[in-house]
Amino acid sequence: MGEVILQMKDIDKSFPGVHALDHVSFSVEKGEVHALMGENGAGKSTLMKVLTGIYTKDSGTITYEGKEVEFHNAREAQAAGVVIVHQELNMVGHLNVAQNIFIGREFKKGIKIDDKKMIEESRKLFEKLNIDIDPTATMSDLTVGKQQMCEIAKAISHDAKVIIFDEPTAALTEAEIQDLFKIIRDLREQQLGIVYISHRMDEIKVITDRVTVMRDGCYVGTLITKDCTKDDIVNMMVGRVIYEEPKTKSMVSEDAPVVLKVEHLNAGKMVQDVSFELHKGEILGFSGLMGAGRTETARAIFGADPKESGDIYVNGEKVVINSPEDAVKAGIGYLSEDRKRFGIVVQKTIAENTTMANLSEFMKGIFINKKKEKKIAKELADSLATKMPSVDELVVNLSGGNQQKVVIAKWLCKNCDILIFDEPTRGIDVGAKNEIYKLMNKLASEGKSIIMISSEMTEILRMSDRIVVMCEGKKTGELRIEETTQEKIMNFATRDVG
Amino acid sequence: MKKEKTAVKLKQELIVFLVVIALLTFFCLASENFRQYTTILTIMDYSYYIVLMAIGVSFPLITGGVDLSIGTGLVCYSLAGGYLILHCGWPVGLAMVVTVLFGTIIGVINGVLIGVMDLPPFLATLCTCMITRGLGSICSQNTGISWPTAGQPGSWFRSIFKLDIGGTKIPLGFIWVLLLAIMMHFVLRHTKVGRYIIAIGSNKEAAILSGINVKFYHIMAYTISGLFAALAAIAYSAVFKTVLPGTGAGFELEAIGGAIIGGVSATGGAGSIIGTFVGVFVICLLKTGLPFIGLQANWQQIVTGFVLIGSVMVDIIKKRREKK
Repeated sequence: MGEVILQMKDIDKSFPGVHALDHVSFSVEKGEVHALMGENGAGKSTLMKVLTGIYTKDSGTITYEGKEVEFHNAREAQAAGVVIVHQELNMVGHLNVAQNIFIGREFKKGIKIDDKKMIEESRKLFEKLNIDIDPTATMSDLTVGKQQMCEIAKAISHDAKVIIFDEPTAALTEAEIQDLFKIIRDLREQQLGIVYISHRMDEIKVITDRVTVMRDGCYVGTLITKDCTKDDIVNMMVGRVIYEEPKTKSMVSEDAPVVLKVEHLNAGKMVQDVSFELHKGEILGFSGLMGAGRTETARAIFGADPKESGDIYVNGEKVVINSPEDAVKAGIGYLSEDRKRFGIVVQKTIAENTTMANLSEFMKGIFINKKKEKKIAKELADSLATKMPSVDELVVNLSGGNQQKVVIAKWLCKNCDILIFDEPTRGIDVGAKNEIYKLMNKLASEGKSIIMISSEMTEILRMSDRIVVMCEGKKTGELRIEETTQEKIMNFATRDVG
Repeated sequence: MKKEKTAVKLKQELIVFLVVIALLTFFCLASENFRQYTTILTIMDYSYYIVLMAIGVSFPLITGGVDLSIGTGLVCYSLAGGYLILHCGWPVGLAMVVTVLFGTIIGVINGVLIGVMDLPPFLATLCTCMITRGLGSICSQNTGISWPTAGQPGSWFRSIFKLDIGGTKIPLGFIWVLLLAIMMHFVLRHTKVGRYIIAIGSNKEAAILSGINVKFYHIMAYTISGLFAALAAIAYSAVFKTVLPGTGAGFELEAIGGAIIGGVSATGGAGSIIGTFVGVFVICLLKTGLPFIGLQANWQQIVTGFVLIGSVMVDIIKKRREKK
């Protein structure tokens, strides 16, 4: 292994209420592939954003090629040779490959763009990388894998010395992944420093030289890949002290009636053959890493996204759900992870939001019975302990926790017995979190059945009676809370095709 | 809390109302000729069809869309109705029913294109705008058509809008459009259709995920718009002597402008029909008043443009403040 090309030392970064990076150190050597691993929210992306100048660090130093540097934006980092290949591709579909690679820095011939030279340069670039792509092809005609190669070529053409791959294989087929690995190995030969962010344990073992693990914004440790096992890495990822009491025993008997049964649900790449059962009065946790397909599964069940196949049974009866309207009729309510976008109408009052799914109950002839609307909204708000001046308050003026309660009230108003909570406490402060937890337990004890999608391990362990673990669109495991450990969940959540 | 909220809403309508009063006072002071009863009649004549279009188009605007087809649509429906009376000998009453139906159907088509087929509202209604313009010309065989005028059988319908009692003309139409405005104000505020149309404009995704049949209510919004364009067609036919094919483009801009001056949010999700009603009179007053102080009709357009910018700015600044 070679000399250190990039050294990040004692990097500290706080956002309001979150200590995102706690004195993290990380280094990359010339000619190595260095994996950066950690759970969702461990701080990997934040660290890379600090490096490339998208975020400003609070303290710490970045040394690059022996000099201390501070990039102010991605363009500066790029110019210096530090380039990120993003998970989502930034390509202009209508332009051809060469035009995309040189976008923003086109070769000119007088005032005319010199397409010929750009094509020529692209061809040279591809030759150097052993990539077989026609520079004159239209970008949108290429496969995702090929597009990614172009993205890499573009990075190289910036004379990159450090390349950061952010989950590069998420959208690729097996064959494309092999091609990608060949290119990464070539780049390593050429003494570039490579940072490789991925959740896929098997890839880490195959392609990387060292692994650095982060957890909750802290640096945990660095291992030599070939000297460690998957279990070593998993243990470092989850070795967290659980402050809150995890649930140790489920109060729901195993033969409680099944209220929702999903069989062989398919909906695109993110939902493949998912089957599970939800019992009455149960909180079923859905765990997994980012992009595991949990939200997609929920949206497919709820009819918000189309499904290709699969059967859904509510209380033993088969139901056809093609739209949220059908789902609501079947008694399913969905609380989106993005409340502002999908959950509430912020410029409307609490009362108006509460009755939105069940307005028919509040009609007097063709007119809305606003008195009744307010009365019911008030009752629900009181039972949920929503803090508000009155039900005529606009929802936009409430805190996150109270907004969440308004969405819960909406579904309770509709008498939904099955509630899907998607990241119920995201963006909600600690005190309000506990209240939401209490509320969910109360709802479950009253006979509502809850699916809880959560990326927070502590939340999963604290709330769930059973846990379904997903990875890349497939259900990879199901655990009863009594037998659950963080390690077991993490093992199911990281792909290991072996 | 509630009181404060309605106070704010009323305040906005009140401001526009005060602007109308101010304009009236200004023109009355500035021009002797303006201070005539006939001026009121002229303003009224001009206002009916714009008010009716504006009431209708408020609904698509509140969903966050727009309906550009109402202007040429109006002329098309009017020509079709007139053709039935003149060339087919239909009674006026029946022709009016068909006219209304015609407009409603075009509205439904707009609604289906936008709500079900997901065409952008601008594009969909631009297409129906062109189609209705063409249809209108075909209906009338490229000549102007007059609905029955005084003395002819069927001319009674003109007195719906302007009653002639012994030579004194009474702008009766004002009462009808005011009643319609109040009615639609209630539809928007107190019925399911209104509530859901606002919800769509405010947060479509949330509306869908609440299990609301968004497609249906989208269609409803454009149907209301089409229906009111047709009612405007009847008002137009009653007020003006001859309807010419190929005209009508641009009418919709006055209606949309009036709605926005009256507080309908240019980005959807908010608005009131009473506000729209008052807003249109700002435009009508400028249109009829400015020539009295020696400014050409062209100036009226420029002034209206600036007034519009002003009211949209108010909307944007308000939204920005709410975000904070």
